[in-house]
Amino acid sequence: MTQLTREEAQALIQEVLEVYPEKAKKDRAKHLMVNDKTLESSKKCITSNRKSLPGVMTMRGCAYAGSKGVVWGPIKDMISISHGPIGCGQYSRAGRRAYYVGTTGVDTFGDMCFTSDFQEKDIVFGGDKKLAKLIEEIEMLFPLNKGISVQSECPIGLIGDDIEAVSKKMAAQIDKPVVPVRCEGFRGVSQSLGHHIANDSVRDWILPRYDSKKLESTPYDVAILGDYNIGGDAWASRILLEEMGLRVVAQWSGDGTLAEMENTPSVKINLLHCYRSMNYIARHMEEKFGIPWLEYNFFGPTKIAESLRAIAAHFDDRIKEGAERVIEKYTPMMNAVIAKYKPRLQGKKVLLYVGGLRPRHVVGAYEDLGMEVVGTGYEFAHNDDYDRTIKEMKDATLIYDDATGYELEKFVEATKPDLIGSGIKEKYVFHKMGVPFRQMHSWDYSGPYHGYDGFAIFARDMDMTVNNPCWKMLVPPWRKQAAEELKKAA
Amino acid sequence: MANIMIRKGSDGYVFYMPKRDIEDTITSMEFDTPEKWGGEIRLKNGGVYFIDPQPAPERLPYSVRAKRIDGVE
Repeated sequence: MTQLTREEAQALIQEVLEVYPEKAKKDRAKHLMVNDKTLESSKKCITSNRKSLPGVMTMRGCAYAGSKGVVWGPIKDMISISHGPIGCGQYSRAGRRAYYVGTTGVDTFGDMCFTSDFQEKDIVFGGDKKLAKLIEEIEMLFPLNKGISVQSECPIGLIGDDIEAVSKKMAAQIDKPVVPVRCEGFRGVSQSLGHHIANDSVRDWILPRYDSKKLESTPYDVAILGDYNIGGDAWASRILLEEMGLRVVAQWSGDGTLAEMENTPSVKINLLHCYRSMNYIARHMEEKFGIPWLEYNFFGPTKIAESLRAIAAHFDDRIKEGAERVIEKYTPMMNAVIAKYKPRLQGKKVLLYVGGLRPRHVVGAYEDLGMEVVGTGYEFAHNDDYDRTIKEMKDATLIYDDATGYELEKFVEATKPDLIGSGIKEKYVFHKMGVPFRQMHSWDYSGPYHGYDGFAIFARDMDMTVNNPCWKMLVPPWRKQAAEELKKAA
Repeated sequence: MANIMIRKGSDGYVFYMPKRDIEDTITSMEFDTPEKWGGEIRLKNGGVYFIDPQPAPERLPYSVRAKRIDGVE
């Protein structure tokens, strides 16, 4: 079956909506659309960043996940305290595979969980004293930490603890930045607000520490924003930028350090990979320090070449030549990868449902492999993301915002994709449906997928999944019985 | 009243409202001279906002308070 036509896709959406009660139907209808490239603004056909309906099995996270898990967590030499009951911190510990270099527990703290472990008495009498004591203890046990951030969990906001006052007092006492982050989980509709809150706290507490004398800048300084080094992504991106002659001063925040972040205002341009989670700080730096920012995409050779040229356009001829040199150097390697995998993947259909960036960024990489994307959707994107998506996607592609478990299952049944790219919560549902699946949040324990090196791994992984013989051996129990009976009869 | 940020895009001014993540090009601005800048601004998506007329900012992007007059939110 080829891609759905516009009418078929519309009919599918109608069919899916049929099962909802009247009110929910009206609401969900606004979140589903069929792509139409002629549209200039997504505003009129899709609604996003709205509260999920109770009972529809949303896949979203919370503000704490966006702040601690995404933005603050990967900064390797800072300690992020999960301030509140122990679960939020412990169950989100080290699951994101944001790689870093360093000795964990000595000078880097990415994989560790620091929590104030709230008990009933802390809820009743307040946890400020406990937080102060915790920071003292951290300072004693881990003296090489460069700073501390206090990531609030829900109860902190509910009982009204004054973490700002404690942070100020402790920052003076230990002479290191202590950043209070008001990212209580109940704020906002998804992790997206957590990103915003985290960006704002970086703006208020980290960037003011910038000292222009600290770092001797060159005309080729850049910063990578919004790359969390999942499976080594930021490293695979960084080597390309360095090869073309740029100097990467800071990585936000995968394998990043506090000093890098403080020095970022000295760069000439901010390169923004994950638009959704870091555009706020890029806009702030543009206004305050006059640093332009540029969105780029390092998935798949076509998009990488485009991005490298776009980046080089902001610099002089030396960098422009550098970009061409890098593209030329890697093109034979990429052609070999495509020659190897394209025949095996040509024409396969992919259905995506990821977070706030990848549903549109990885499309180029799939197309380089000859695969087509039949449906895409975001958990927590906003309208500006959909504006960008409409241009990237083919006409008549299904687009869904904050899709529910039921909708995804229905879409998969109808479009019959050869591969689904989504998160861990969806993974086993689709495994059981017998559809090949790749986890596109953490690259299914593989990676990196960014950059030229990443594309080779990406292509191998997609082939490994789609053409895995195990999918043919999966027979559901009811069909198994029928098959055996047939055998007997024969 | 809401905070907005106005920046220079490839074709004219770009409007951005952080609170609602609305990003759109500005199709027309009532006053656009160095001495008087602002007034009624119209967005591509149909929104109409009002900025108190003021001397043009020295550099963009520039954050300013704006009032929503009409159009989609």
